[in-house]
Amino acid sequence: MPERVHEITLTVNGTVRRVAVPGRRLLSDCLRHDLGLTGTHVGCEHGVCGCCTVLLDGEPVRSCLTFAVTADGHEITTVEGLADGERMSPVQRAFAECHGLQCGFCTPGFLCTVTALLRENPAPTDEEVLEGISGNLCRCTGYQNIIKAVHRAAELTAEES
Amino acid sequence: MDFLRPTTWAEALAAKADRPEAVPIQGGTDVMVELNFDLHRPAALLDLNQVAELAEWTSEEDGRLRVGAGVPYVRLIAELGNRLPGLAQAARTVGSPQIRNRGTVGGNLGAASPAGDSHPPLLAGDAVIEVESAARGVRMIPAAEFYVGVKRSALEPDELIRAFRMSPATGPQYFSKVGTRNAMVIAVCSFAIALHPAERRVGTGIGSAAPTPRRALAAEEFLAAELDWDARLDPAVLARFGELAAEAASPIDDVRGTADYRRHAIGVMARRTLTWAWNEFRSGHFERRAG
Repeated sequence: MPERVHEITLTVNGTVRRVAVPGRRLLSDCLRHDLGLTGTHVGCEHGVCGCCTVLLDGEPVRSCLTFAVTADGHEITTVEGLADGERMSPVQRAFAECHGLQCGFCTPGFLCTVTALLRENPAPTDEEVLEGISGNLCRCTGYQNIIKAVHRAAELTAEES
Repeated sequence: MDFLRPTTWAEALAAKADRPEAVPIQGGTDVMVELNFDLHRPAALLDLNQVAELAEWTSEEDGRLRVGAGVPYVRLIAELGNRLPGLAQAARTVGSPQIRNRGTVGGNLGAASPAGDSHPPLLAGDAVIEVESAARGVRMIPAAEFYVGVKRSALEPDELIRAFRMSPATGPQYFSKVGTRNAMVIAVCSFAIALHPAERRVGTGIGSAAPTPRRALAAEEFLAAELDWDARLDPAVLARFGELAAEAASPIDDVRGTADYRRHAIGVMARRTLTWAWNEFRSGHFERRAG
């Protein structure tokens, strides 16, 4: 028996996208395979590494632990949606400036998580940054430059607002 | 795999009655880990995300809070942190921000893992679990009777968890958890305490140190008999409380820790949480904050 397909509507990075998916399709796979948005990375696929973090109605969630069907009717922001046209967002520029990445695999997840973190808390302490990024793993940097990048992003955001 | 998407509570109950094998899913932070690992292949999933009333909480006429099974941890912390401080502390230790944005106490109850972080504060705070079926209506199950085995609850196959009910704290409440790091860890073991000053009683909850979450009943009875509520904490009483709490555990050796370690840690956490709660109670800080 062919698997039942669900017609869903996602607003991804401001664009309304209609897509037909089986119930078991993960949001991460839907974004990557059905919508071609391969910026969202899939690391562990069981909710530990944070690479697949996207913003669901503005809040960071793990897209590998969310079914695409469950996101029906909601707004999704992926790493592709963070920049303002050609200009990288303050968080993206801060990560580049502070060398907050090496291989870059975890970076999309960090960028989404930190974007939401700074929206909630525009000037976090070191401790608040650690707590905020506690659900994202980075195997290259040792986190020091990521923490610097979060503070730098806070500065850039404050300067530009 | 069928994906059932009720939009009302009545539809959800009807779907569960029709397909009792369907696995309910809310935030997905537990159910989906097992699916992604291919540990389970349920014939159907029952997605409760569209049932709006599950994401609401209310104050009931009897003064208790009724918190819908779909209220995520992040809202529990932000909206109910002052009234359910023990549960909010436990919620802050769940996973990471991404997990707390999606995960719920209802899901923790549905999984009924002995390591679930919600359970010890629910036990210590005398929570009651509201479950419902289309056929038999509502059942109220005290938390202490809800957990019946490893990852097994008193829920019948045609029932769904609607909410939990719990009184706002009338005294200090604390939660403590041992893990290998601060974030993204399953508890090696955990302990919750809730002071109920009006009744001169202390509630407890032990996590991840027995086949089910459980109260340390002998330790509670000991404090009810021996605790002098108008004095400083007697070191002998504190020590005996720790011993009785540790004796209430029946842990196993596993990858996260040994049984001996868990028993020891439960005693330490029992003494620590009682000391924190007692210091707050004696300082009068709790009354001022609540007032």
